[in-house]
Amino acid sequence: MKKKSILILCASLAVCIALLWLLQALLMPKYMGSVKEGALIGEYYDNAGNNDVVFIGDCEVYENFSPITMWEEYGITSIIRGSAQQMIWQSYYLMEETFQYETPKVMVFNVLSMKYDTPQSTGDQTQREAYNRMTLDGMRWSDSKWNSVLASMTEEEKEWQGQWSYLFPLLRYHDRWSQLTAEDFQYLFKKDQVSDNGYLMQTGVKPYEDEHVQPPLVDYTFGENSYYYLDKMVELCKSHGTQLVLIKAPSLYPVWWDEWDQQMVEYAEKHDLLYVNLLETQEEIGIDWSKDTYDAGLHLNVYGAEKLASYFGRILVDECGVADHRGDDTVSAVWAEKVATYYARKEKLEAQS
Amino acid sequence: MQITSFRFLLFVAAVLAAYYLIPKKGQWMLLLAVSYCFYLWAGIEYLGFILLTTVSTYAATMAMAANQDKQAKFLEENKETLTREDRKASKVKLKKTNRVYLVGCLVLNFSVLAVCKALLIEPFQTAAAAGTLSFLSIGLPLGISFYMFQSMGYVVDVYRQTTPAERNPFKLALFVSFFPQLIQGPISRFGQIAPTLYAPKKFDGKQLSFGLQRMLWGYFKKLVIADRIAAAVIALRGPEHTGVAFFLLTVFYAVQIYGDFTGGIDITIGLAQTLGIELPENFIRPYFSKNIAEYWRRWHISLGEWMKDYIFYPVSVSKPLLQLSKTARKKWRSFGQRLPVYVASVATWFVTGIWHGLTPNFVLWGMLNCFFIVLSEECVGLYERFHNRFHLKEKKWYGGFEILRMFILMNLIRIVDLFPNVSDYFSRIGSLFTTFNFHILWDGTMLKLGLTELDYIILACGIVLMFVISLIQEKKGSIRALLLQQKPVLRYALIFALLVIVLLMGSYGVGYNASAFIYNAF
Repeated sequence: MKKKSILILCASLAVCIALLWLLQALLMPKYMGSVKEGALIGEYYDNAGNNDVVFIGDCEVYENFSPITMWEEYGITSIIRGSAQQMIWQSYYLMEETFQYETPKVMVFNVLSMKYDTPQSTGDQTQREAYNRMTLDGMRWSDSKWNSVLASMTEEEKEWQGQWSYLFPLLRYHDRWSQLTAEDFQYLFKKDQVSDNGYLMQTGVKPYEDEHVQPPLVDYTFGENSYYYLDKMVELCKSHGTQLVLIKAPSLYPVWWDEWDQQMVEYAEKHDLLYVNLLETQEEIGIDWSKDTYDAGLHLNVYGAEKLASYFGRILVDECGVADHRGDDTVSAVWAEKVATYYARKEKLEAQS
Repeated sequence: MQITSFRFLLFVAAVLAAYYLIPKKGQWMLLLAVSYCFYLWAGIEYLGFILLTTVSTYAATMAMAANQDKQAKFLEENKETLTREDRKASKVKLKKTNRVYLVGCLVLNFSVLAVCKALLIEPFQTAAAAGTLSFLSIGLPLGISFYMFQSMGYVVDVYRQTTPAERNPFKLALFVSFFPQLIQGPISRFGQIAPTLYAPKKFDGKQLSFGLQRMLWGYFKKLVIADRIAAAVIALRGPEHTGVAFFLLTVFYAVQIYGDFTGGIDITIGLAQTLGIELPENFIRPYFSKNIAEYWRRWHISLGEWMKDYIFYPVSVSKPLLQLSKTARKKWRSFGQRLPVYVASVATWFVTGIWHGLTPNFVLWGMLNCFFIVLSEECVGLYERFHNRFHLKEKKWYGGFEILRMFILMNLIRIVDLFPNVSDYFSRIGSLFTTFNFHILWDGTMLKLGLTELDYIILACGIVLMFVISLIQEKKGSIRALLLQQKPVLRYALIFALLVIVLLMGSYGVGYNASAFIYNAF
């Protein structure tokens, strides 16, 4: 009798845990509709393992570089680990986690996030928490994720010990039950790939017209915390024999101040790194701001992203010695599929826009 | 560490695991260690307060016990020779000597409590906020009102020789600091909890399960009901909310404080039960009371009992009151008999009021309770004549009417908690008779109180569930015992359903204001 009771108890516990897991999967945002950015980090794991180049950073990487173009033109295998308003500490921990899956030849980091020294410095904390979620929820459980969570939390999250809700997201999304849509049920078990190796395609065109004037800053010095994580990136890449390349993507705003650029130039010199400010080579790249942006200069559309990939691929080959894999049949077969998906997506989006 | 926090749940899980894994003899020592960890979590600056109470309680009770032992030995050795008068004189001498320790301990501790409470009111708060007297901003030490009353009750019991003194200082320290009670009581008696507090406990699945179920029910009341309705209570406190809006405030606050306080006590008692420790009940469905005396036998029972035993009775039998009784009986006969009781009631309710806070609204709250208790006592004869004439008590609906009447009366008294300025309270009470703004119920005002339509639906369902559960408890006893009689699958399904409700509908996490328990502030 006692044995039977214990069996029933264990079975009930197992059923409860399964139901809670199911509930959690249902309540978590799927990011398949309008806010696709939230799905990017999670898609990495399906494409990890054989990339020579890994891009890490915010929207200035996942909107501006097309890995498919780099493959087609140079045979470069690359992937983007980008997410909306990705903070430098999140970039560092994503980098750390990446080395658990692969050791790329080159790690490319977009330096715009140097301007944010703390989670509080990004402004609206409700929005900050939403961006944190988009970066962190997609990561698999690991020390890197946990450390990234601890470094990223807003004051409100710290107050209610929100770190646990990154391990058990049900605790964060518990009240989404009243906002569930058909999408939540449709993508309960399997999601679509919204990106092409981390690149989020946009085919719309909204020309850059008005110059965005930003008031000058009181102090242009990057914060200590930003430098702390940049130093850690340098050390991390060095320890894995990976070349760290710093870039500033060619987005016209937010403004990339000359004073900031100078600090990056000096940092790169000091640490013997390659730093490429792509804002300075816009003409060489061939970006036409009347056609190559979908949001008036903030990000490139697919036509701009292909131009930028074409230009930057040459730098990766010439300056970093990244190999051409087009002669490798196994790799080519994998990428042929990616190319087909890319063009199918492009065609579909062009038809829609 | 809030007991609704994830950290607390992890803390409890770790304590439970360690508690049942270590040798049973060490269980109470583990509890003492974790209780102090829990206390230190609130702030190391508060450590001195609990140590002062513990040390002074131990010193006073040990000194009294030594005298008692000495006297017992003396009586035993001289039982052949001592006359009755000698014995009596010896006892009087003992009382006199021990009274010094008793009074010394009470004065020391209650002075500390009074100072701590006084620092929470003006002008000290302003001085602390302005930084001119920053040491005043220390705040109220965790659980001070609860552990101090519990300890002082124990000191009185030892003085009265109704409880033996605990000779192990560490065991006494555990009695004072037992962590589940530090949040909001109950105020236990030594004799009530000592047998289970120190006894070695074997793992008992049923106790653990019952304890966890009760904790879950407490979290439901706190997170789903109390914390959700809190936004509307805050909004309705605004000066623009008069008449019907004020009446709604009294009802909403009744729901909030019930969910908050009884929920917290459920978590406390449930947690103690998981550790095999039995704490006294603090509530017996108080909103089912039909008169005010019954209400106070059902609401915050441990405080009421404490006040009765340590304030009401001593005041009632004090020399001045006995003298008053004698004089009054000569002048007013039956009223003269009741007068000393009423005077003792005033003293008791005055102390109960200031226990909650030193602001005038809490004194008024105590006096209002006292006034209605005295009034209902004075009207007993009138009620009897009324019921003999109309026989309403035999009608079923009349019981419901009495409950509703008491619910509304207590709501109107209790709401004074929220108005430190008592003139605001009286002006709102006045608005009930002058402002008939029923339109706020349907003109959209209700949706501007920080609650959505969905919140109201959840609250309505939650309140109905609490009511049904209370009704079943009132008629059939323990819900958990009833559940135990059901088939395991049904039982687990119901418990799981409650867990899911708390998880999905609880007010916690980003976007919700984490609120401490209301009684933390007392």
